[in-house]
Amino acid sequence: MKQLHPQFGFNTLAVHAGTAPDPATGARSFPIYQTTSYVFDDADHAASLFNLQAPGFIYSRLTNPTVAALEEKLATLEGGRGGTVTSSGQAAETLALFPLMAPGMEVIVANKLYGGTINLMGKSYQKFGWDAVFVDSDNPEAFRQAITKKTRAIFIESLANPGGVVMDIESIAKVANEAGVPLVVDNTMATPFLCQPMEWGADLVVHSTTKFLSGQGNAVGGVVIDSGKFTWLENSKFPSLSTPSPEYNGLTFAETFGDLAFTMYSHAISLRDLGCSQSPMNAWITLNGVETLPLRVERHCSNGLTVAKFLEKHPSVEWVSHAGLESSPYYKLGKKYMPDGTGSVFTFGVKGGYESGLKMLESVELFSHVANIGDTRSLILHPASTTHRQLTEEQRIAAGSGPEVIRLSIGIECAEDIIADLDQALRSLG
Amino acid sequence: MPGFTHLDHNSYSDSYILQILRSVQSIAIVGASATWNRPSNFAMKYLLKKGFQVIPVNPSAVGKKICGETVFPDLTSLPGSVDMVDIYRPAQEAPQLVEESIEIGAKVFWMQLGIRSNEAAQIAEKAGLQVVMDRCPKIEFSRLFGELGWNGINTGVISNRRQRI
Repeated sequence: MKQLHPQFGFNTLAVHAGTAPDPATGARSFPIYQTTSYVFDDADHAASLFNLQAPGFIYSRLTNPTVAALEEKLATLEGGRGGTVTSSGQAAETLALFPLMAPGMEVIVANKLYGGTINLMGKSYQKFGWDAVFVDSDNPEAFRQAITKKTRAIFIESLANPGGVVMDIESIAKVANEAGVPLVVDNTMATPFLCQPMEWGADLVVHSTTKFLSGQGNAVGGVVIDSGKFTWLENSKFPSLSTPSPEYNGLTFAETFGDLAFTMYSHAISLRDLGCSQSPMNAWITLNGVETLPLRVERHCSNGLTVAKFLEKHPSVEWVSHAGLESSPYYKLGKKYMPDGTGSVFTFGVKGGYESGLKMLESVELFSHVANIGDTRSLILHPASTTHRQLTEEQRIAAGSGPEVIRLSIGIECAEDIIADLDQALRSLG
Repeated sequence: MPGFTHLDHNSYSDSYILQILRSVQSIAIVGASATWNRPSNFAMKYLLKKGFQVIPVNPSAVGKKICGETVFPDLTSLPGSVDMVDIYRPAQEAPQLVEESIEIGAKVFWMQLGIRSNEAAQIAEKAGLQVVMDRCPKIEFSRLFGELGWNGINTGVISNRRQRI
């Protein structure tokens, strides 16, 4: 793991980064600044803020102190220069691509992804004129072959949802780098505690903070983190950042803000216009969650691997896809990119296909049947009938969500209780 | 006096930058632009607001005022000394600007974001000046005094005290 701070380590930063005592009151728990707007000192101060000549708060659609504290904390933990927190993980994906894309431009996308991302990029982005080109995520060479003059970004997941798949971040980053486009990595499933994609060359990292970061299934949110390393002025592909912005008084973001350009643009233009900002309340819940991220993820990982090993030997189970199992084709990549564990979300195939899958869901007594992951509670889902329902059969199989597939998100309960519940549910299948 | 030092100009400690920002009162900005949306104009306006005395230097803007301040054609035309010279000029002009900074008794030679000159740094450090390159004083001031985090930027500042603004 790379050094994130000259003095402090990851667990210390998870607790302290971005959340120094409140300057106004000294409050030690970071306050919830539940306000839409902020008074200006005078007309000149207002003008300076709108012109981006001075840091400060205008309106909570753009920036808010509680949200900013979460942005700084997450940017610190990913080793990034700055962060932009959004209303959801889906919003974060759009916000990451917004300064990069334009009608007719292409984003190369890994084919093993969260189903919602496949829909968003493959279908909804067509309405913006953004073309998603899906390639085999196991083959970095496929990314290289898909590069064209219109390519503006590559998008992958570090650890793919619904599970068990680790992508070769370093090799794909090399392709992106040679093509002069940023690599965007969705790091939701791994979290920065297990993997920091920027260490391997990623330029932007996105998260659904809804999952392990907030950690208790109680606040929807997302974030985009910029490494500050991409040289926007080096080629002419990214005019939003490298040329005067007609949507912001002719300001050239890359020139005026240097390595802060992406994050400044994301607040001043992307959030201003798309409006997908996060509420201060959700940011506060997530701030609290991140403080215990290292403790929770350690337990998630150990429970997850214990359960995966149990299922691998179970007579009613066809296969288990967890990158921590030596039988996994992703075992080696997992050791490289996530040496401390490969998360707690994974899939397995139940004998008896679609019908058995549905019956399994109805037989569990501890697991919750929900469309979420990364909760303290253990969760279960049948992707083919839910999250991946809108995909074609072919897309579902490519995404690892065929008819027999069950997705688990293992919580932090007692491993033996989790195992007992799965065992009784599997036995009920007969 | 810091004397002749070989600093690593790829990374500066927070205490080095803080000590500079706390010790200087007057700053000459070479290449200050009269156009409001240029980076140099941004920095000048911000530093004035923070209480620094800022003197714009720009031969093509002589006779105008920038942010209400009289413009001088070059460093050697300034009526007195300044504590710091901050340059928005190409790196190849830096060594000459260092010589002029030494001549007028400046104590700090600062090169903006994107400007790096090891030659200028050596000349300056030999004459006892402190050097910063490839940084912006506005960004550094706001980073170290608690404002930059307001925009979601990773300031690197970990503190158990109330932020001083």
